[in-house]
Amino acid sequence: MGKITLHSVRKSFGATDVIPGIDLTIENGEFVVFVGPSGCGKSTLLRLIAGLEDTSGGTIAIDGVDATALPPAKRGLAMVFQSYALYPHMSVRKNIMFPLKMAGMEMGEATRRADAAAKVLNLTNYMDRKPGQLSGGQRQRVAIGRAIVREPAAFLFDEPLSNLDAALRVNMRQEITELHQSLKTTMIYVTHDQVEAMTMADKIVVLNAGHIEQVGSPMELYNTPRNTFVAGFIGSPKMNLIEGAEAAKHGAHTIGVRPEHLDVVSEGGWAGTVGLSEHLGSDTFLKVTTEAVGTINVRAGGEVMLRHGDTVRLAPQAGKIHRFGADGNALA
Amino acid sequence: MARAVSRNRKIAYTAAAWAVALVIFFPVLWTILTSFKTEVSAVASPPEFLGADWTLENYAEVWQRSDYPRFFWNSVVISVGSTLLGLLIAIPAAWSMAFVPGNKTKDLLMWMLSTKMMPAAAVMIPMYLLFQWTGLFDTRFGLVLALMLMNLPIIIWMLYTYFKEIPGEILEAARMDGASLRNEIIYVLTPMAIPGIASTLLLNIILAWNEAFWTIILTTVDAAPLSAFIASFSAPQGLFYAKLSAASTMAIAPILILGWFSQKQLVRGLTFGAVK
Repeated sequence: MGKITLHSVRKSFGATDVIPGIDLTIENGEFVVFVGPSGCGKSTLLRLIAGLEDTSGGTIAIDGVDATALPPAKRGLAMVFQSYALYPHMSVRKNIMFPLKMAGMEMGEATRRADAAAKVLNLTNYMDRKPGQLSGGQRQRVAIGRAIVREPAAFLFDEPLSNLDAALRVNMRQEITELHQSLKTTMIYVTHDQVEAMTMADKIVVLNAGHIEQVGSPMELYNTPRNTFVAGFIGSPKMNLIEGAEAAKHGAHTIGVRPEHLDVVSEGGWAGTVGLSEHLGSDTFLKVTTEAVGTINVRAGGEVMLRHGDTVRLAPQAGKIHRFGADGNALA
Repeated sequence: MARAVSRNRKIAYTAAAWAVALVIFFPVLWTILTSFKTEVSAVASPPEFLGADWTLENYAEVWQRSDYPRFFWNSVVISVGSTLLGLLIAIPAAWSMAFVPGNKTKDLLMWMLSTKMMPAAAVMIPMYLLFQWTGLFDTRFGLVLALMLMNLPIIIWMLYTYFKEIPGEILEAARMDGASLRNEIIYVLTPMAIPGIASTLLLNIILAWNEAFWTIILTTVDAAPLSAFIASFSAPQGLFYAKLSAASTMAIAPILILGWFSQKQLVRGLTFGAVK
């Protein structure tokens, strides 16, 4: 059980409205990712749900019960923090058992649950160590273990992987996804990394300046971004947003073409010069300066033999052009 | 070449440090030395150093003439009691100032510290009368209360500084884990702040132990601690330097030993947060 409903939730710090008003429903068992640039209010929104911040208005309901005024401990949610927030003076075992101890659970049952969580997270050999003796990835596993044992209504993750190195981040990302698949518990995950959002989420909530720009599945956001902000935010490298005459040809103020939807053609298209070429083996990233549409990013599958200074012609794939009006919103 | 210069400088700094330390420590050293001299040797001019008449008689006489254990016990009760009571009040106070500060928290902290700058003599009469009226005069509890109030600003300031160093996310994690405010302080905050609490404890025991002004004014016989014990040797018969020194040595010895063994903790505590 873990349906979370936000109704007109507001948060202001002094005269500043950080979140002017948000309505959102998170279904039971969903993996929802809040994504957006720094300062967009995603962490604040998560903290409001957790109860670590008081709302300035609106209601938060968990499983149909109004939890707006409840303290964090009474909401039945578990949180994993960016800094892990482990108790440095306690062993791994005591860290994991802490929420159970606070709930007054009998020692035998608490130990059994902690051992079970440790087994799932490959922590069995580290149970008597202190957090200071663990690596970053292990610490994050302990933080997750501490969240799991409570069997919460939902898990809240606040940028949990941003302190880890790139390789470990990919591993942990997969582990958290697998964890969600086995537990089937609601998870709300905050990140500024849109790759994490795309790979993990059932539903992505794109936030900007405290507003929800769009809510949808990763593919909905990728294929039909509601506005130029979402179009530019989702996808890597960023979508090329082109204004002017080329956009007007398609009856739009701005057109968007994803780097992977540009083909190298022998005639027609936009002629340009390769400025930068990055060869990854699996992909080739090009930065091409054209006369018609300025500098655009291109992503070609596999190895493409183009180097700095080469001339090239690019054409957007048919049906892959996104059209936006002057207000930035997508045109039908 | 550069290495030689820096070594010379190092020697110079070390010598200077020792010289300053000796100047500071000299009165204590002289008191201890005088306590082992005869009264005649103690007042000899020029002062006698190696050629003095050494004796243990002063200690024997001080021990016989006064009830040292009672003064000692009073000192222990008053210094430890006032510090523990102070900690009990200061931990929640410092918690709230460090983690849920209001608009006026900084001003409040400054005001509390400013009370330490007030000359004690200014409130001597009111305090004396207040203690008389309330029956706290010459009671250990009265002194515990007085010294606790006296040192509370320092205890709160020190704890506040330590608490500020503890990441707020850890306390939020405890809240998410279902800890009540009480459990958060007992199981998470306090164990993490143990080094800071320990140095606050030690420093305040030392401050309370050394407090002479209020302990002498607010006691006569029953609750008099070692500071009053020293003062009693400068009384009616005139000044007997050797015996006074023996009494002083006996009074400062326990705290000197405590300070010696805990110096590492004290230095660590006092410089906590200064270097990150």
